[in-house]
Amino acid sequence: MTKHTLSTRLWHWVNAVAIIVLFMSGLNISNAHRYLYWGDYGFDPKDAWLAVIRFPGWSTIPGHYNLALARDWHITAAWPFGLGVLFIWAAMLLNGHFRRDLTTTPRDWTPGAVIASLKAHSGGADGAAHRYNPVQRILYGMVFGVLLPLMLFTGLAISPGFAGVAPWLVDVFGGRQSARSLHFITAFAIAGFFVIHIVLALADWRLILEMFTGGRRAEAAAPPPAGPEPVPAELEAPAHG
Amino acid sequence: MVDLPRRSLLAGIAALGASACSKINDSDTAKSLFKAAEDGHRAVHRALAGKQGLAKEYTRAERSPTFRGNGSVTVADPFYQQQLAGGFPDWKLEVKGLVEKPLALSLAEVRALPQRTQITRHDCVEGWSAIGEWTGPQLAHLLDAAKVRPEAKFIVFRCADTLYGRDYYESIDMVDAYHAQTIIAHSLNGEPLPEKNGAPLRMRIERQLGYKQAKYVKAIEAVSSFDAIGQGGGGFWEDVAGYQWYAGV
Repeated sequence: MTKHTLSTRLWHWVNAVAIIVLFMSGLNISNAHRYLYWGDYGFDPKDAWLAVIRFPGWSTIPGHYNLALARDWHITAAWPFGLGVLFIWAAMLLNGHFRRDLTTTPRDWTPGAVIASLKAHSGGADGAAHRYNPVQRILYGMVFGVLLPLMLFTGLAISPGFAGVAPWLVDVFGGRQSARSLHFITAFAIAGFFVIHIVLALADWRLILEMFTGGRRAEAAAPPPAGPEPVPAELEAPAHG
Repeated sequence: MVDLPRRSLLAGIAALGASACSKINDSDTAKSLFKAAEDGHRAVHRALAGKQGLAKEYTRAERSPTFRGNGSVTVADPFYQQQLAGGFPDWKLEVKGLVEKPLALSLAEVRALPQRTQITRHDCVEGWSAIGEWTGPQLAHLLDAAKVRPEAKFIVFRCADTLYGRDYYESIDMVDAYHAQTIIAHSLNGEPLPEKNGAPLRMRIERQLGYKQAKYVKAIEAVSSFDAIGQGGGGFWEDVAGYQWYAGV
């Protein structure tokens, strides 16, 4: 059995490209009006809760200030991102990935469980672990359960055309400018996760390879082969080099 | 040591990405992909909201204390300035193009039509929002009075202001043209429109961004295509800087 199903791997890489494009084009869009507000309206920098820095060209798509083109990239990448979130949630619920790997019990949230999983990870023995440790469950659970949906729904709430579809969505976030602020905050929360995720993955390059190949799930207690005549190990081995 | 190739690989990917981006921006494939994405958003919004899904309307207490003016905030034309000083006594709003009965209405005639008042939020493409109370006749009412011909597919707004030496104009499709909240506003917060907000008449198309809300409107024109107008983008900002024609995202 593979460690990562095909649906997980496909979504992972499509989503990786989509969120990089969305984040970098989003920084370009932020440069158009670098002030964030709470509530429904906001246009006067005096009322802003945050004056955002001007993001430099190397961090934006395109690499110079161009709101129209940045919006083209943002609006286009929103499709694979948004449909991808729906797809991966449906896949995770259907194939049991959610129930098996992302649900937590109250015990997973205790300091002891967190320390134990951090120790196990720094020991380097975690790469082929059968189950996600509590920290992984909590972090991935937050990303799938909170950050990705929040990103999607605050994005929809900012869109005036979608506000004609679901005006209540804007109110859920406390007004259009609040939704815009939350969209910005959530983008940086996802960027933070992205950095941690890459640093930890680079610690063991096999993890990255497995996200392409699927890898092999280490079974906790492999059941004995059910076939009538198990192939002797010494005969099978050379075939695998 | 695996670190070195990995690092140069990342640098390579980043460089490839940077040069690829600038090439992609100008390619026809990218342009058609961007257009498809924009059309997709419009199709989904229309399918989910229906033709008459309303933008949120607010209470008077929820209005912003002032209403920002943006883009053109003054009109250089001497006739405009003379009219502005005198309360627009000779201003005419034309309804023309693919209509059976072209109209030319004075401001008094526009005010005498059935009116709609709506307190709505204005979202600029830059990201900011303001809330104001607008009053004016529904565009649908004028289009019905002028008897729009069936071959008309878009409504174009011709404006008195110029930016970068070009006439401002905008266009919408017939779904937004006949939307209940699409009005030709002559008042903001109970007062005649100030110059910076588009005096004497401006459009309110409440499910799209600010650049669609044409100010200083002189004429409303029904057309079957906007290919021959300006550079064919369907609006001033669409032509000048490549902004999306559907400004609902």
